[in-house]
Amino acid sequence: MSQLKRNNSQISETFVDHLEQHGVSRRGFLKFCSSMAAALALPTGSADVMAEALSAAKRPTVIWLSFQECTGCTESITRSHTPTIENLIFDFISLDYHHTLQVAAGHQAEEARDMAMKDAYGKYLLIVDGSIPTKDGGVYSTIAGRTNLSMLEEAAAGAAAVISVGTCAAYGGLPMAKPNPTGAVAVTDIVKDKPVMNIPGCPPIGLVMTSAIAHFLTFARLPDMDELGRPKAFYGDSIHDRCYRRTFYDQGLFAKAFDDEGARKGWCLYELGCKGPTTHNACATMKWNEGTSFPIESGHPCLGCSEPNFWDAGSFYEALSVPQGRVGETVLKAAAVGVGVGVAAAALNRSNKSAAVEGRETMTVEDLKKES
Amino acid sequence: MEVNELLIWARGPAFNMALAIFVFGMLLRLFEIISLGRKSDLSAARDSGLSGGLRTIFSRSLPRKTVFAREPLRILNGYILHIGLFVVIFFYRPHIELLGLDLAGLSSSVIDAVTVITILSLFAALLMRLYSPVLQHISTVGDYLAWLITLLPLITGYMAYHHLMLDYTQMLAYHILSVELLLVLAPFTKLTHMFSFVLARWYQGYLAGRRGVES
Amino acid sequence: MSKPSIKKGIDFIKAQIDAPVASFFSSCVHCGLCAEACLFYTESGDPKYTPINKVEPMRRIWEQEYTMLGKLKSALGLTKPVDEETFKKWETMVYDGCSLCGRCSVVCPVGNDISGMVRKIREGFAAAGYAPPDLIGATQRAVEIGSPMGVKLPAVKAQLRHLEEDTGLKVTLDEKGAEYMVLLSSMEIMNFPEYLEAIARIMKQAGKTWTIASTAFEATNSGIQIGVSDLAKVIVSRIVDAAEELGVKTVISPECGHAYTAVRWEGPNLIGRPYKFEVKHILEVLDEFTKAGLIRTEGMEESRLTYHDPCQIARKGGIVEEPRRLLNQIASNFVEMSDAGAMNWCCSGGGGVSANERAEEIKLTAFNRKKSQLDALKVDTLVTACANCRLTLEEGLEHNGMDIPVVGLTEMVAEHLVEEESVS
Repeated sequence: MSQLKRNNSQISETFVDHLEQHGVSRRGFLKFCSSMAAALALPTGSADVMAEALSAAKRPTVIWLSFQECTGCTESITRSHTPTIENLIFDFISLDYHHTLQVAAGHQAEEARDMAMKDAYGKYLLIVDGSIPTKDGGVYSTIAGRTNLSMLEEAAAGAAAVISVGTCAAYGGLPMAKPNPTGAVAVTDIVKDKPVMNIPGCPPIGLVMTSAIAHFLTFARLPDMDELGRPKAFYGDSIHDRCYRRTFYDQGLFAKAFDDEGARKGWCLYELGCKGPTTHNACATMKWNEGTSFPIESGHPCLGCSEPNFWDAGSFYEALSVPQGRVGETVLKAAAVGVGVGVAAAALNRSNKSAAVEGRETMTVEDLKKES
Repeated sequence: MEVNELLIWARGPAFNMALAIFVFGMLLRLFEIISLGRKSDLSAARDSGLSGGLRTIFSRSLPRKTVFAREPLRILNGYILHIGLFVVIFFYRPHIELLGLDLAGLSSSVIDAVTVITILSLFAALLMRLYSPVLQHISTVGDYLAWLITLLPLITGYMAYHHLMLDYTQMLAYHILSVELLLVLAPFTKLTHMFSFVLARWYQGYLAGRRGVES
Repeated sequence: MSKPSIKKGIDFIKAQIDAPVASFFSSCVHCGLCAEACLFYTESGDPKYTPINKVEPMRRIWEQEYTMLGKLKSALGLTKPVDEETFKKWETMVYDGCSLCGRCSVVCPVGNDISGMVRKIREGFAAAGYAPPDLIGATQRAVEIGSPMGVKLPAVKAQLRHLEEDTGLKVTLDEKGAEYMVLLSSMEIMNFPEYLEAIARIMKQAGKTWTIASTAFEATNSGIQIGVSDLAKVIVSRIVDAAEELGVKTVISPECGHAYTAVRWEGPNLIGRPYKFEVKHILEVLDEFTKAGLIRTEGMEESRLTYHDPCQIARKGGIVEEPRRLLNQIASNFVEMSDAGAMNWCCSGGGGVSANERAEEIKLTAFNRKKSQLDALKVDTLVTACANCRLTLEEGLEHNGMDIPVVGLTEMVAEHLVEEESVS
């Protein structure tokens, strides 16, 4: 923490000063800290710690690199809801490089990045969205003539920690889906020597992203993560376990079409392909659009967008238990081979048996007597 | 392999491979059986072999009183096991989706209870096999193997549903893989009886039918 | 002609394995319920008598010869061979410990005809030289002399003479164009001549022409019991030749279980063509005569009696109702044994067991089943329709100190015939 503060000493203004200038009261700030601490499932008292840490913090340097992505993650994080939490984060950090949000362009933008990296070397937070193409030397995505791969390697070298935002950066996402023409990989496939946190989702929930960033800034370390590098606080439960429609699953009540009685009654969407049971995310609890709703609530099955390989996990609209691949074709082919080999085995059995039958000598009384 | 990849593999390539081996194996066994032929019976039939054969395919599902009286538990356990497996396989909604059937299905809690009963029944069967002198005498490694590969899908399915020991996704993958193990081995163990019993009953019923004998 | 050998035995078993056998072995789940149907197991408690275990050598041969998996397992050394040890060990299970009663076949949940497989495996054991000496002797006598007990034509002629002297009823041998050709079992010639008299009186009242073939009076077929189809064919051919030579319409199988199976069901398959005549069991004929009013009975047996269903006639022959209809006409106190009819328990001496001196001990052990059935019933008389059952029952009862007379149903019917000179 102290390192961070020192590192950001070039920025004189503290967060609280900045807030006050923008008409946010101390009370509002504390409320923000409380909701953040609650979202992160931190122990009681953490809100105060967070408030103290954040109010004292100088705006830290954050570099946001966008690779093979769709800007959906940025869209998500900038979609604000009361009390403009995402904005608070943007006010709080010194976002020195972000394609979509920065004013600078071209050489100026790249220079800004270089300078920020040099100034805060070893201290800045690197956020990545999008996957990294590696095929053919990584030529399939370049910025200012440089491949994403070399830019990431360079930026990661001086980062204190890396946050992969969105499923593409976290697990490769859509660019990595079969047949993966660009040889896309996840950040963790490139960055091996820095702490990396994944915030998967297509896109992730805005509050999840900001809370995770706030945690890093408060405690100078990434929050507790699962084996997939996701913050446990948000990805600990499956959608299914937290789903308000779970009771219908247990009762065996399922919607079988988007417009049937079951769908109207709000029954479980398992048979319409819901991937809730195998998807870990906070959608069912935190919801989207200012806590308004989430896909299942609006009648659509979960696609499992925050899980690795979700795009290759078969049809979005087939139940999790339905096998993937051309099952009918498999059966036909196997049957053809079975019949082929079966006929051969049958021929063998036939000749084997007729040899036994024909080779059989007629028994006489003499043949019964044992040689003694 | 990462859990989701394992699940995708289990649901896709592995399932197709297992199903292919199952179909291939069962057909091979069928050809091996049929190819050995049967001499036509030249004796004058008293009654119809056809109706006898068809009747026996069903009538053998009921035990003879005299044997039931001697081994009621073994026979009842056999019913529990088979009906339990049937219910769990064909009346659980996710399975109905998998099989593409048009069945109503039962609630998860009923399936859950039936699963527990079926698992207990398998353990009862194991105890009988271990302690009955007759079963000790005739049991082979194959019997225990068949027992195990029948048990695994039940156990993993139960554990996945209840989030026991492992994460759901991982357990679901193991559940599917255990079913695939069953599919792969079924044609090459005594589990072939799931189909061949029809043939066996037919053949004996046919003989009995011609003789005008109860079967 | 070649000496018996293990290889020959295996080859004979290979020749016997057909699609039904393959389906049976494919279906067996080792549930062990067949044991509960087998009196050799239930009475001895020895699990080796579990029916499916008796055909284990055949299962091994099937697996190793007729399945890809078995061939693979053999190549990996995972299968048990069928060798001299196997034949030695299984000989007594296959012959001494199985009466081919077929109860196991009827209870098998997957429908395996286990006793049918025991019948088949005996072909291999006989060819390998592992058949009981007594059965070999009986078969030899049946083929060479014409009867397993060594009964020759003069003995039959003597019985016919006695019959004529006692009753005045004359039976012509080899009478062409007779409607019925009557077969006898050796036991009926030697031990139970009452049967012949009963037939003569019944036929007379029914007004039917009948004859006995001098070349084929013997109904029994040791070839079936020992499991040598070639010799069974020789024996059954005599009957077929005689019946077709004499031009009879119907051949009557006597009160003998396996003879009925041999002549009625196996015969056409042994000779490879259908018969030009019908085969009926004497009980079927009596039932027909009664229904048609050709014979009439009077008086009722008042003693408490029960009927022992011979396996080959009831369970394997389908003759269950006939004896009951007949009995109910002539007995007022007829009670059914437990498991009567198609599920009746074997007398313990079928399938060549009673002819096999070596099997005496296990046979008497197995008889305990019948003993307890009879103890529960407390009958004065035991009626049956198989000379072999009758002899086995008599021996078993005597051994257990039980004083219950055993009577043939045909004789009992004859005793109740209306005494009048009725000629239709």
